[in-house]
Amino acid sequence: MALKRYVVGCFDDEAVLFPAVKKVRNAGYKIQDVYTPFPVHGLDHALGMRETSLHTAGFIYGITGTITAVSCMGWVFTKDWPMNIGGKPNFALPAFIPIIFELTVLFAAVGMVMTFCYLCQLAPFVKHHHFHPRATDDLFVMVIECTDRTNVEDLKGFLQSSGAVEVNYQVAESGWWFGRYDKEQKLYAEENAAIG
Amino acid sequence: MASIREQFEVPGSMRTWSMGLIGVGILAFIIGFITKGLSSDPHEQAIFWGTLMYNSVFFLLICNASMFFICVTTLAHGGWQVVFKRVPEAISAVVPIFGLITMFILFYVLFGLNHDGHNAIYHWVNPGNDEILIKKKGFLNPAFFVIWTLLSIGLWSYLGMRMRKLSYESDRAEMNLEEGKSWVWKNTVSGSMFLVWFGLTVGSTTPWLWLMSIDSHWYSTMYSWYTFASSFVSGMALIAIWIIYLKNRGYLEYTTDEHLHDVGKFMFAFSIFWTYLWFSQYMLIWYSNQPEETVYFQPRTNNGVWKGIFYMNLVINFVCPLLILMTKGSKRNYTIMTFMAVLIVFGHWMDFNQMVMASVSRDHVTLSWFDFGIMALFVGMIILLVGKNLAKYPMLQKNHPFLKESIIHHT
Repeated sequence: MALKRYVVGCFDDEAVLFPAVKKVRNAGYKIQDVYTPFPVHGLDHALGMRETSLHTAGFIYGITGTITAVSCMGWVFTKDWPMNIGGKPNFALPAFIPIIFELTVLFAAVGMVMTFCYLCQLAPFVKHHHFHPRATDDLFVMVIECTDRTNVEDLKGFLQSSGAVEVNYQVAESGWWFGRYDKEQKLYAEENAAIG
Repeated sequence: MASIREQFEVPGSMRTWSMGLIGVGILAFIIGFITKGLSSDPHEQAIFWGTLMYNSVFFLLICNASMFFICVTTLAHGGWQVVFKRVPEAISAVVPIFGLITMFILFYVLFGLNHDGHNAIYHWVNPGNDEILIKKKGFLNPAFFVIWTLLSIGLWSYLGMRMRKLSYESDRAEMNLEEGKSWVWKNTVSGSMFLVWFGLTVGSTTPWLWLMSIDSHWYSTMYSWYTFASSFVSGMALIAIWIIYLKNRGYLEYTTDEHLHDVGKFMFAFSIFWTYLWFSQYMLIWYSNQPEETVYFQPRTNNGVWKGIFYMNLVINFVCPLLILMTKGSKRNYTIMTFMAVLIVFGHWMDFNQMVMASVSRDHVTLSWFDFGIMALFVGMIILLVGKNLAKYPMLQKNHPFLKESIIHHT
């Protein structure tokens, strides 16, 4: 992975954030992402993000589960080991339906969680750079990636004028790495305790 | 708020359509009455009254489902439905009228169809020396039937009226915080009273009494929930049809795709809930395969003549909503939503047809012009009466404390 340059603007109000996102995008800057402590309705739309295709993946996983259940039970009870259970036909569809349903849900749920983790690059011990510790607490953190032509000071001023309460410049790892935060990164509380 | 159209005016086309449908319905009723109702054959009479019965019960229950929707959202402290709350209110105001019609038909079936000590629809009226029916006499007897029917319909009408009255009262003046709180509390109390009664009737006893008792030896505890699911999903579909109609006419300015999306979610979710109950009822009986239980499914499955309608229901009421209403886009598309809402109402109407008529007439399918004629009669009455009710009051409940929450609703 590579080191990249970022300008980070922090907002403490949703009502300021939305116009700021609009202004920054109109000015031609590329917003990498906005990290928020809670899901903000409509922010994905404001950022111009593509609709996620996670549900399409979920549908495919579900269908896979259905087919697995039908074909497995169908094969076992008609070809592999046919049994007479209460005089019912070997391919006893109503009795299969609960299991078909369970496997559909299981495949869809587990598959979607795994896909979600893959898309977000989440896994045990996989770490990413955190742009601001308070992004999980009470700040909306807007991250803009700098290009060769970006004037960092201009951009910082621009963000400040859009209502950012805190603006800084960071050079950070853009990808993920294996590691542990408690050894590599100081916690926000510790950082502040040192200052205080 | 100045620019919205507050008052609904019944357009001429609506009046023409409703009158036309009612005319067709009355014509069908008269011809049906002459050819079937006056017939000396008790079976023909049973078909005539059975058809009237399932139609009236179905349309009564789907209108009553609107009040259930209002009460449930009120008790959940939901705010999103406020912008179109006058639509389910107007639909539920039809309940007293449909209730009277239903009551008349049910009582006629109970008392008027007894020939030589045998009731053509409700066999339990004359138990004779049938041991099973004698055991059930505590629940299945004319006195209890009459009292419970009067109470059911009477209290649905009365408690529903209380809820609507509270809503119309709020239009008079703006409420401050304290007044708003007490108004919401009053709504909560009225709503919970309705829901308790709804649970005791539609949720449990009334469908057993009205519909399940046609197969008087058979019983299924699932039956009432199944009926409720049917009526609630079609009730939501009916609300959706009205919302889309009013939107297309330029009313309900604050009702957006977001609200329609949520109504669509109800239609989708309760279609699946209905299927869950359908399956639970079917599978247990199929699995244990006991003669006294399978008697209900005999005319409906395997070699029964009602097989086609029975399985078609599953396609219309489960497969279609599941596949078509699954995506976000389809729940926000007026054309797809209208199509699906009409399909769902029609599908559950067919379901009621099969629930009642396959028991009344086990050997041949009775679906004919007469069924559609009576359906036209009720549809016409819904269009006429709901339109009138809508025109009586402002379209927006402008002083509801949750109005803003509803306007900015986002799914």
